[in-house]
Amino acid sequence: MSAVAHPTSTGLDNRKVAMWTFIGSECLLFGSLISTYLVYQGRSVTGPTPQEILDIPLTSISTFVLLMSSLAMVLALAAVTRGDRLWSRVWIFATAALGAVFLGFQAYEFTHFVHEGLTIKTSLFGSTFFVLTGTHGAHVAVGVLLLLTLLVRSFQGKLGSDKAMVVEITGLYWHFVDVVWIVIFTVVYLLS
Amino acid sequence: MATSVMDHGTAASMSLGARIWSWITTTDHKRIGILYGVTAFAFFLIGGLEALLIRLQLASSGNTVISAEAYNELFTMHGTTMVFMAVMPLSAAFFNFVVPLQIGARDVAFPRLNAFSYWVFLLGGLFMNASFLFGAAPNAGWFGYANLTNTQYSPGMNVDFWVLGLQILGVASIAAGVNFIVTIVNMRAPGMRFMRMPVFTWMTFVTQFIVVTAFPVITVALVFLMFDRMFGTTFYSVAAGGDVLLWQHLFWLFGHPEVYILILPAMGIISEVVPTFSRKPLFGYAIVVYSGLLIGILGWGVWAHHMFSVGLGPVADSVFAATTMMIAIPTGVKIFNWIATMWGGRIRFTTPMLFAIGFIAMFIIGGLSGVMHSSPPADLQQTDTYFVVAHFHYVLFGGAMLGIFAGIYYWWPKVTGRLLSEPIGKLHFWLTIIGANLTFFPMHFIGLLGMPRRIYTYDAALGLDTMNLLATIGAFITGISALVFVFNVLWSRTRGTPVEQNPWGAATLEWSISSPPPVYNFSVIPDVRSRLPLWSEKGMSEVPVTPPEPVHVPGGSFWPLVAAIGIVVAATGAILKTVLVAVAGAAVLVLALYAWAFEPFEV
Amino acid sequence: MGNFPAAPSLGGAECLTEYVSRATSPLVKDRRISHSNGARGAIAALLLIAAAIGLSACSGEYPQSSLHPTADFSRDIDALYRTIFWWALGVFVVVESALLFVILRYRDRPGAGEPRHIHGSTALEVAWTLAPAVVLVFIAVPTIRTIFRTDGTAPPGALVVEVVGRQWWWEFKYPEYGITTANEMHVPQGRPVALTMTSADVIHSFWVPKLGGKRDVIPNRTTRISFTADSIAEVYGQCAEFCGDSHANMRFRVVVDAPSDFDRWVEGQLAAPSPLDSLSDAAQAGAQVYMTKGCLACHVIEGRSAGVAGPNLTHLASRGTVASGILPNDIDGLSRWLRDPPAEKPGSLMPKVPLTEDEIAALVAYLQSLD
Repeated sequence: MSAVAHPTSTGLDNRKVAMWTFIGSECLLFGSLISTYLVYQGRSVTGPTPQEILDIPLTSISTFVLLMSSLAMVLALAAVTRGDRLWSRVWIFATAALGAVFLGFQAYEFTHFVHEGLTIKTSLFGSTFFVLTGTHGAHVAVGVLLLLTLLVRSFQGKLGSDKAMVVEITGLYWHFVDVVWIVIFTVVYLLS
Repeated sequence: MATSVMDHGTAASMSLGARIWSWITTTDHKRIGILYGVTAFAFFLIGGLEALLIRLQLASSGNTVISAEAYNELFTMHGTTMVFMAVMPLSAAFFNFVVPLQIGARDVAFPRLNAFSYWVFLLGGLFMNASFLFGAAPNAGWFGYANLTNTQYSPGMNVDFWVLGLQILGVASIAAGVNFIVTIVNMRAPGMRFMRMPVFTWMTFVTQFIVVTAFPVITVALVFLMFDRMFGTTFYSVAAGGDVLLWQHLFWLFGHPEVYILILPAMGIISEVVPTFSRKPLFGYAIVVYSGLLIGILGWGVWAHHMFSVGLGPVADSVFAATTMMIAIPTGVKIFNWIATMWGGRIRFTTPMLFAIGFIAMFIIGGLSGVMHSSPPADLQQTDTYFVVAHFHYVLFGGAMLGIFAGIYYWWPKVTGRLLSEPIGKLHFWLTIIGANLTFFPMHFIGLLGMPRRIYTYDAALGLDTMNLLATIGAFITGISALVFVFNVLWSRTRGTPVEQNPWGAATLEWSISSPPPVYNFSVIPDVRSRLPLWSEKGMSEVPVTPPEPVHVPGGSFWPLVAAIGIVVAATGAILKTVLVAVAGAAVLVLALYAWAFEPFEV
Repeated sequence: MGNFPAAPSLGGAECLTEYVSRATSPLVKDRRISHSNGARGAIAALLLIAAAIGLSACSGEYPQSSLHPTADFSRDIDALYRTIFWWALGVFVVVESALLFVILRYRDRPGAGEPRHIHGSTALEVAWTLAPAVVLVFIAVPTIRTIFRTDGTAPPGALVVEVVGRQWWWEFKYPEYGITTANEMHVPQGRPVALTMTSADVIHSFWVPKLGGKRDVIPNRTTRISFTADSIAEVYGQCAEFCGDSHANMRFRVVVDAPSDFDRWVEGQLAAPSPLDSLSDAAQAGAQVYMTKGCLACHVIEGRSAGVAGPNLTHLASRGTVASGILPNDIDGLSRWLRDPPAEKPGSLMPKVPLTEDEIAALVAYLQSLD
């Protein structure tokens, strides 16, 4: 991650344009996954069905947790930008921790479903549900890893305000993953 | 590992080991371009060899040169190789070498990501072809329709190699796509406004947008298939109520844009070559650019024309027929503009120009048979027969490959500092044209008279022996033409005429610097004041031969290669169903990415 | 694999491709007049080859040709294809001629002046955007009309045939008569036929070019084709969607009978097999082999075995071919097939059963008695 910022044709940082492009690409990835989920909705030949098994209140809590992590991310970027070491560490940690809590909810949910007899092999619902939410979970995990890396860099004293762009780009990714979850939550849980 | 100019360009004085190391760790877009070109051409020859074996088997009815099983592997690998390992990376060779030069940049936006793309492509291609060593080459066709690809009907490793290999190649494509979009958006020299960019750069730009949007779709389709095969999911399982058409929709949602990924770069090349050798600016520059954009957008709305025989219903068929026909309009517009460019010009029949004209002539034929396919009832007779084989070879060989050859002859002196031999080049051209037409033209009739594609044997009673023999003879002539080209390359290495900056008298920025260009490309970044900087008075600011001040260029890095190795090791673990190997590969990938992120590297 | 009854020729069927050669011949002549360099010679040679191929496509017999339609479905498509072909040929001649004209007229000559730098022309751009659009309208309108004419809806009273695609053979059932047969479909001339198709394993595609366009045969789905055959003929068909090892060997025949012949065929298919004791000694021995060597597990012979996997053999002897159209239904063809099915049809689900030559001969005699 180069520290030298070159003047670019648009004035935007290369890495930022790259992240936006990547996010565009990811939209198609999640778009395909969500479309498949919708196409296969109600076509499973065996249960359990979504209505029987999905726990909306519980997932609402984890959704709230993930939303809060986005707020923490915003605060983390603000702290890094103004060169506030303490609060940048606090908020980066908070973001990562909230992300990890979300993953914990997901791990609990997956285990619970398996006990209820819904696995990735059980039915079209099982396959589409686990692959869609699992792909999202993997994205969250990557995000947590990135945030922890930033945290380590901060403790190494290498995350000054000159590195705000790195945090901003991580934030872009984080918010995107968050927004994707809102869509998944709506499509899979609320509309089922 | 930041280095200055002095570490490069002194190859002659370096030991062999150091030279190899410098290539392995290179992040120079020009060298990566050369690596792409050489590797992709090697895969092109392999794919061509597969084609010759196919044609050998089909030379007569009831032939037994090749077994059914081997034949099915050959046509699957021929298609997969030509699309993903030959034409796409040959285009990538040009993106790499030419685009930064055309926009006045010192390199791409992310030089190491660029190296990563190349290594992933190389190793992915080798991975896919390693299947031959296991006697288990992919054998379900290049579009691998579900549910034939499920474990029940394809129990061997063949489809595993295919599903993993394509995902690896997809990683390379998406990484390169992001890289080139950022490069073109952000790395243009001052004054290089979007509407001053050379058309080749424009078509690269459009192509990369298609890449980053289309490849995620096939990735999802492939992940479903991989999970079905390895973890027992039910995406394409008929027993679980799955719909096998899901694969077709996802595949062609990717697959049709992919067609434009293959052809738009060639159209870009033609749009450079034709003006240069007509000594006239491209006619209707803006229209050619917009039509390319329009093709890229419309390309998303036509996928179901690959599925007319599925029976989607008359309304869907009509809609997709209409959108498909619409795409013929911007395509036609491009052809008219190229002809108008030549009109009133002073046309020099150099080898690149011959290939460009050959492209136009053959693309017209492929385009017209494409219009025939756009009509669903007609397509019901033509699809999955040799008629469609003729069609897509006219656009992909007659189109994309002739365009690529035009580009090779055109930019070769820029890359190497020497011309390819013109007489040998012309021989290459005529053999190619005769061979390709002799191969592919009869296939229209072979198809209309009832021969399906992908059959390893056919009945003498179909009456198609003579035409098939003609096609086979044509294929071997085309094969010889490829050898003539290889000979030309070898011959010109030492005996080609050395050239100055601008041997063809072309107009674009890459011709303003020495051939081959210095490692830093431009001694100072030029100010561009014209769409045709070398054809206009004061079209650009001076670029001195030697840099007025030291130029810092990115150094090398071997982490991209290590990361690529990690990916392929992980895929190998998946093939062998050995979790440990897969995890080890993933670990190597993660470690390499961290090393990459934190190594000192000057951009 | 010769020895097939040749499909009746359609002599005199007008041949589209003749026009190709006619249309291109003036161009070829032009080339000869204007003094040749290598380029023109090669182009002329290519056009001649094209013409020669076009001509050869007109003569000879092509039992699987889409250019020689013998049913309403295929004729509709053929008529549409001809319309499109003419437009395409027109565009081809205009555009390729323009290209040829330009490269010959504006080739670099000594003393030619520097070309004027023209950057474009709005009028021209509009013109050559509209021109293809207009041509496409002339193609789109008959296309959409034909789509709705050929969408597979059958008129009432149509003969329903259920088609099941299997790796690598075709099963045909006639619910109206209770007939199940394989790889040879009989239909009456002049009566509409409605095919309802599905697959027992992977995707196949049902294609009889002389009768109409292909339609995929898809597991978990039912697809339809409807046609009325107008000529008495035996026409060839073949699977057109790659379906595994022996995709190339998944062939079949459609026999279009005169209505009275069709009725006779139906009668024959409904008849019970001749009693075993009426058969020759060899055939009786063959029946014994059939019952003891496992054949019965897969194959159906009405009243004798109720297998579940292979083609129904009740009236095998009434068919022209065996092994889904790849071998003639005679002593030689049957023996070859029984000796080693996977050798004839790679990947065949019918395994190689160890049989002595005597057993094979007996089985052949038995199978030939199933008329």
